[in-house]
Amino acid sequence: MTEEPKDTCDVIGSQKTNPSQDKDLAPYIKIKVLFFARARDLTGSTEICLEMPDGSTARDCMSKLLIEFPNLQEIYNSMVLALNEEYAPESTILKDKDELAIIPPISGG
Amino acid sequence: MDSKEIGCGSCGADLLGEIERLRAEKEELESRIHLLEAQIKPGGAAEKDRSGNCSLSSLSCPQMNGATLSGLSPKMIHRYSRHLLLPDFGVEGQLKLSKSSILVVGAGGLGSPVAMYLASCGVGCLGIVDSDIVELNNLHRQIIHTEAYVGQSKVKSAASSCHAINSSVKLVEHREALQAVNALDIVSKYDIVVDATDNLPSRYMISDCCVLLDKPLVSGAALGMEGQLTVYNYNGGPCYRCLFPTPPPSTACQRCSDSGVLGVVPGVIGCLQALEAIKVASAVGEPLSGRMLLFDALSSRTRTVKIRGRSPLCPICGENAAFTRENFQSFDYENFTQSPMSDRSSEKLNLIPESSRITAIPKSMNIPLSNLEDKLSTIDSALKQAAQDSGKCASLFVVCRRGNDSQRAVDYLSKNGFPLAKDIVGGLQSWSQDVDHTFPSY
Repeated sequence: MTEEPKDTCDVIGSQKTNPSQDKDLAPYIKIKVLFFARARDLTGSTEICLEMPDGSTARDCMSKLLIEFPNLQEIYNSMVLALNEEYAPESTILKDKDELAIIPPISGG
Repeated sequence: MDSKEIGCGSCGADLLGEIERLRAEKEELESRIHLLEAQIKPGGAAEKDRSGNCSLSSLSCPQMNGATLSGLSPKMIHRYSRHLLLPDFGVEGQLKLSKSSILVVGAGGLGSPVAMYLASCGVGCLGIVDSDIVELNNLHRQIIHTEAYVGQSKVKSAASSCHAINSSVKLVEHREALQAVNALDIVSKYDIVVDATDNLPSRYMISDCCVLLDKPLVSGAALGMEGQLTVYNYNGGPCYRCLFPTPPPSTACQRCSDSGVLGVVPGVIGCLQALEAIKVASAVGEPLSGRMLLFDALSSRTRTVKIRGRSPLCPICGENAAFTRENFQSFDYENFTQSPMSDRSSEKLNLIPESSRITAIPKSMNIPLSNLEDKLSTIDSALKQAAQDSGKCASLFVVCRRGNDSQRAVDYLSKNGFPLAKDIVGGLQSWSQDVDHTFPSY
């Protein structure tokens, strides 16, 4: 089931100004980060938008998230990282409007 | 004239067909007679089996007898007619299903719909393993159990429900906890395993066991308002350890008994587990292997995420994996995951819901432990107010659900200006047991 495009998520990142204004100076890309299960408890959000320098990898994105939400360290070593609904190694280079999902396992039943 | 001749020719074919049909019916009737005769004799055909044997080859299961041309008995054709009408499922799917044996690990929130659907859809043999007892606070989600079974074995209760739904399914009751010592023995008797457990060590253990015995694993989980579903170790797909080689810390993997769960959420995931198990058993469709389904009850969203393939470095299913059955049997899964295999022993974890508006002692204030720091002035003014009202010095007592958070709170309070704060040992649970029997426990 596909997600409706949503531009209303909270923007987190050092670049608070509209990146398109100074795109030529410092190209930034916007990443939507989705949190599941425990990651929701730890961040208090289900999704956020993250502005990253062009050429950033999924690992860079995680590093930034860990600075914003140090609690995420708890699940950092045991989670599924999915980029645009597909498994992606942390070295994958991100594109504008990519969607990164952070999925820790649930064990209840 | 021509038409009459053609008619006669087809008459012959019709008669042959009729003879064949009647012979099959006769066989069916004879085998039913045999079956009924066996039931009259003491120790005859038992549908419920507690011996743990799930072999279908030597089975005098009703649906295995009286095969017609399609291989299905008339009773089966009638019972499963809606399945048989499905072009994608049909007779072949039903036959495969009726020859399959499936083990459901856990007869709780997930296991309830799994077992009920697998029984109703006509799997050949259904095994259920669990050591738990039905409790009243299970019934909001564990729909296989009824009030009459509170205090009794979950497996007994589940098997009784399944038998009531479909008496032709062979049911095997394993009234014990699935553990590394008995898992190989139990799991080896089945074709497919459904993980419907409620804890992390069991999930790792079941996955490892399925890799060793080469069994597909339909794994579901639910907590709060979310659920997850994946088919592991299927057709070269990944196992649980490929995805999660390092177990999350116990704080990250909460339990329903601590964090709560909306009853229908495990119901949804359990139904999907039954569906995946049926697909694997009948070789129909595309099982959820190499993918993970995420269900979010609050937003009514379902996502399917492609997950990694089998990891060549996986210590269990990888290329150079040297994990033997002996290693498995001596592996300490509770130590590996730092969490217990039973949801009931969760007291050890100190995971108490922070703000509970569930119940309170009269005249008490409810402050989540995490907010205690910000509420010191509130406590101070409440104490002053109480002293003013009574004309005496007010005492401060701290109570929580089970008596762990209150100890921490008293420790914190005594170091922050409330040296006389006292802890009520055992929490609200002890309060309900020892002080006020009408006080609800949860």
